[in-house]
Amino acid sequence: MLIFELSRPGRRAAAQAPLERAETPVLPERFRRTRRAPLPEVSEMDVVRHYTRLSQKNFSIDTQFYPLGSCTMKYNPRASNSLAMLPGFLRRHPHAPEAQSQGFMACMHELQEMLQEVTGMRQVSLTPMAGAQGEFAGVAMIRAYHRARGDTARTEILVPDAAHGTNPATATMCGYTVREIPTDASGDVDMEALKAAVGPATAGIMLTNPSTVGVFERRIREIAGLVHEAGGLLYYDGANLNAILGKVRPGDMGFDVIHMNLHKTFSTPHGGGGPGAGAVGVSERLRPFLPVPLVERREEGYRWVTEADLPQTIGRLSAFAGNAGVLLRAYVYMRLLGREGMPRVADYSTLNANYLMARLREQGFDVAFPDRRATHEFIVTLKRQAKEQGVTAMDVAKRLLDYGFHAPTTYFPLLVPECLLVEPTETESKETLDAFVEAMARILEEASSDTETVKTAPHTLSNRRFDEVRAAKALDVAWSADEAAAG
Amino acid sequence: MPFIPHTESDVREMLSAIGADAIETLFDEIPQALRVDGLKGLPPALSEMEVTRLMETRSAGDATALNFIGAGAYEHHVPAAVWQIATRGEFYSAYTPYQAEASQGTLQLIYEYQSMMAGLTGLPVSNASLYDGASALAEAALMAVRANRKNKSQRILMPASVHPAYRAVVRSIVSPQGIELVDLPFDAAAGRVDPAALEAEAPGEAAALVIPQPNFFGVLEEADALTDWAHGQGMQVIGVVNPVSLALLKAPGEWGGKGADIVVGEGQPLGAPLSSGGPYFGFMCCRKEHARQMPGRVVGRTTDADGRDGFVLTLQAREQHIRRSKATSNICTNQGLMVTAATIHMALLGPEGLERVAAASMAHTQNLVERLAACGCEPVFSGERFHEVAVRVGGDAERVAAAMAEEGVLAGYPLGRDYPELKDALLVCVTETKTGADLDRYVAALEKARAAS
Repeated sequence: MLIFELSRPGRRAAAQAPLERAETPVLPERFRRTRRAPLPEVSEMDVVRHYTRLSQKNFSIDTQFYPLGSCTMKYNPRASNSLAMLPGFLRRHPHAPEAQSQGFMACMHELQEMLQEVTGMRQVSLTPMAGAQGEFAGVAMIRAYHRARGDTARTEILVPDAAHGTNPATATMCGYTVREIPTDASGDVDMEALKAAVGPATAGIMLTNPSTVGVFERRIREIAGLVHEAGGLLYYDGANLNAILGKVRPGDMGFDVIHMNLHKTFSTPHGGGGPGAGAVGVSERLRPFLPVPLVERREEGYRWVTEADLPQTIGRLSAFAGNAGVLLRAYVYMRLLGREGMPRVADYSTLNANYLMARLREQGFDVAFPDRRATHEFIVTLKRQAKEQGVTAMDVAKRLLDYGFHAPTTYFPLLVPECLLVEPTETESKETLDAFVEAMARILEEASSDTETVKTAPHTLSNRRFDEVRAAKALDVAWSADEAAAG
Repeated sequence: MPFIPHTESDVREMLSAIGADAIETLFDEIPQALRVDGLKGLPPALSEMEVTRLMETRSAGDATALNFIGAGAYEHHVPAAVWQIATRGEFYSAYTPYQAEASQGTLQLIYEYQSMMAGLTGLPVSNASLYDGASALAEAALMAVRANRKNKSQRILMPASVHPAYRAVVRSIVSPQGIELVDLPFDAAAGRVDPAALEAEAPGEAAALVIPQPNFFGVLEEADALTDWAHGQGMQVIGVVNPVSLALLKAPGEWGGKGADIVVGEGQPLGAPLSSGGPYFGFMCCRKEHARQMPGRVVGRTTDADGRDGFVLTLQAREQHIRRSKATSNICTNQGLMVTAATIHMALLGPEGLERVAAASMAHTQNLVERLAACGCEPVFSGERFHEVAVRVGGDAERVAAAMAEEGVLAGYPLGRDYPELKDALLVCVTETKTGADLDRYVAALEKARAAS
C-alpha cells in the first residue's frame, strides 16, 4: 500500500501547518500554480503507522548482522545522534556570525585535528559531503597542483582494476583518462604493469590500502617512490581506514591526498544510502588547494577560512560547509573512543575478520587469497560451488537473508569470480560470528541437498526475487493520480 | 572498551581458531618501518556522560538569536514525527538498498518521495537525491551538456541572480571538464533577468539556460518567457527551485510552451533543520527522455517471482559501480536519510499544509516589508517576491547586521559579500515560524542599530 492510496480528500494532519490560511499578495497568473500539488491527504497517525511499518521491512545494523564488505557496517552509537541533534546545533543557521557559532566551530576544529592525527596528513577539510565528493576534491587538487606548476601534459590517472567504481568515475569527472593497473596473483598491485604505465602523462594514482581485495598492499613505499619519481601524486581512498587505525597512517605511507568515509570508519549512520561525509586530508604541498571553508583557531576564537585566505583553493563543493550534522556525529564518536579506543577498532575488526575467515575455510569455503592475512575484510569465492552445484554468490547472498543475516557485498571486486566480500567489523560478538558461520555451513549443505531452495531464495521476506529487467524496461518511477484513476 | 563486545576468553578462543599467538600478529604483513605506535595526539576517551556534558555546553552558546537569515537555508517548523521516525534504527542504520528484498521499506519510501517530487515539479522522473542544491545544479549542468544533441556547445548560461554559492560550486565541479559558465546580468530595477535583453547579452550557442525561481533575491523570474526563449535557441532549460514555493508557484514542468527540461533544488525546507548547513539534500527531476542521462540512484516499481509488486534500484547501468569511468556521475552515497525525513514531512503537510506554510511565509515577509518601509527601508527590487526580500538599510549592511546580532537578531544576509553594488542591502527571510512580536523585535533592533551608526 502506497501513502497515496491512503489519501482521502480533505483529510489532514492539521497541527502541522498554520491554523489559518494567510492572505498573501496576489501574484500575476503567469507565476501561479495551475493545479494543486498531488501530495497525499492523510492524518498524522496514518503517516506514523505507514512509515513505521515500512521501516519494519528493512534490514539494518540495529536489527541484523550486516557484514557488507567495504561498507563498515558497525554499530552507530545513539549518543552520536542525540548529541548532534541538540537544539543549539539544529537551530544554527549556516550564516550565523562566528561569534555566535564558537561551540560548533570548536567541534569542527577539533575534528579536523583528530583526523589529521589519525591519518598523518598535514591538514584536513571537512566539506566534502560523501566519499565520492571527497575523491572529486582529491583529484581536483591533484589537477590544480600540476596546473599551478604549469605541468599540463599529465592526462592520466592510474587506477587498480580492483578499485571502487567511484575511482575511475571521479577521474573522468576531473577531466582525466583512466588507465587500469592489474592485480597480481597474491592480491597486490602488479608492479611490472605499474612500471610500464607510469610516466610523464601520469597525474596520479588512486589506491585503497588495505585494498579492496582485503589485503594490505605490502609494496606501498615502492609504489609511492615510483609514482613520485615520475612526477605523479598518490591518492588514498579511505574506504578501508577502519583496518589500520593506530597501526599505520596514509601520510606515513607516502600519500599526498586522502579522503575518509566518516560514515564508515567513524560510525556515522548510513541512513539507507546517506548522508555521509568525505573529509579530505593533504600533505604540505597540496594545502593551498584544499576546498573551503575550513575552521581555523586564533587567539580571539575560531574563524572560517575562505577563498580570501586560500586563493588557490579548488573552491566550494557545497552551498555551506558540508554535512555538518554528520561531522558532529563523527566528532562524538571520536571523543567516546579517544586515543585508547581508536587503535582497538583496528585490532578487533581485524581479529573478527581473520576469525570468520578461518571458520569459513574450516567449513569448506574457498577464500580468494588463502596465503594472506585478512585485514578487516576478506573474499570468499564460490567459483567451485557455481561450477559443481550451479549455486552462485547471489544465491548464497539471498539465502542468507532467510537466515536473518544481511548478505555480504556480492560481485565486488570484479576480478574475483562469484565473490562475497565479508566485513564483520569490531562491534560484533563471537556468538554472532559463530551463528553466521553456522548459517553459511547450512547453506553450503543445502546447495547439495536442496539446491532449488537456495536458488530461489529468499522465501521468508515480504517479497521474493525481483524482475529487474522489467523495472528498467517498463520504467515506473513515480505514482501518478491520473494513471491510478485510469486503472 | 566502547562498542567492542569481546571478553578475554573470546579473544583467546578466536586467536586459537586463527592459529595466531596475539592480535598484533595479525598485522605482520604491514612493513615494520611504516608502523606507528598508537595515536597519542588524540584526546583521552570520554564516557557518554562526559561527552554529553561537553556537547551541551558547546551547543548552548550557539543559535540563541532570532533568525531572519535565509539565503538558501530556511527555518520552517518540522513536525516531531519526522525525525522520530527517520531516526528509527531500521531507517537510520540501514545501508543503500542494494539487497532489494531486505530493503523494501527504504525502497518504497524513495518511490513515494520520487512521486511527490514529480508531482511538485511537474516533471515525471525524479532521482533518489543528490548531496545538496548547489551540487545538484552542477550535476544538472553536466547532464544538460551530455543530453545536448542539438549543438556541441559546452556553455551554460548562468544568471547572476542564481545563489552565489551555487555558482561557485558549479564552477568547482564542472570546470575540470571544460564546461564554460557564461554570466548573465539581471535587471537592476526588477532584480531579475530581462528576457528582452537576452538576445544581446547571450549571443552564440549554449547547452542550457539556468532559471532560478525564486532567485537568490527572493524575486520571481519571468520563467515562461525565459523558457520559451531558451527553447527557441535550441537550449535546455534547468530550473533551480525552492520546493516549498512550488505549493503556490507554477510547476517548472509547465513553464512556457514546453516546460523546463531539468529541475533541481535544495530539499532542506522539507523537514531538514538548519543544522549549520547540512546535511540537506539536492533533488533532481527531468523529462522521461532524459532519464537515462540522470546522475544518482533511481527506484522503480516492478514485480517479484510470485507476481507481487515491489521496488528495486533501477537504471543502474548509468552508475559508477557498473559503468565505472563512463558513468553519468561519480556519486554513490547520497542523502538517503534526509529524503526519508522529507517524505514523512511532505506526507504530514499534504497539499493544504504546504500551501499554508508557503502562504504564511510569503505574507510574513510582506508584513516585514511594510513595517520596514515605514522606517524608510525600501526593497531594492521591484519584481514580485516569494518569502525573501533584499532591503536597503541605509548604511553598511555588514555593520547593521553585526549590531543587530548583538541584540539577538540575525537580521539577514549582507548582499555586499557577493554584489559590491548592494553593500547597503540585507537579504531578509521571514518564514511561517515568525510572529508579530518577532517582527517588532526586528524593527526595534534595526532602529537601534541605525541610530547608533
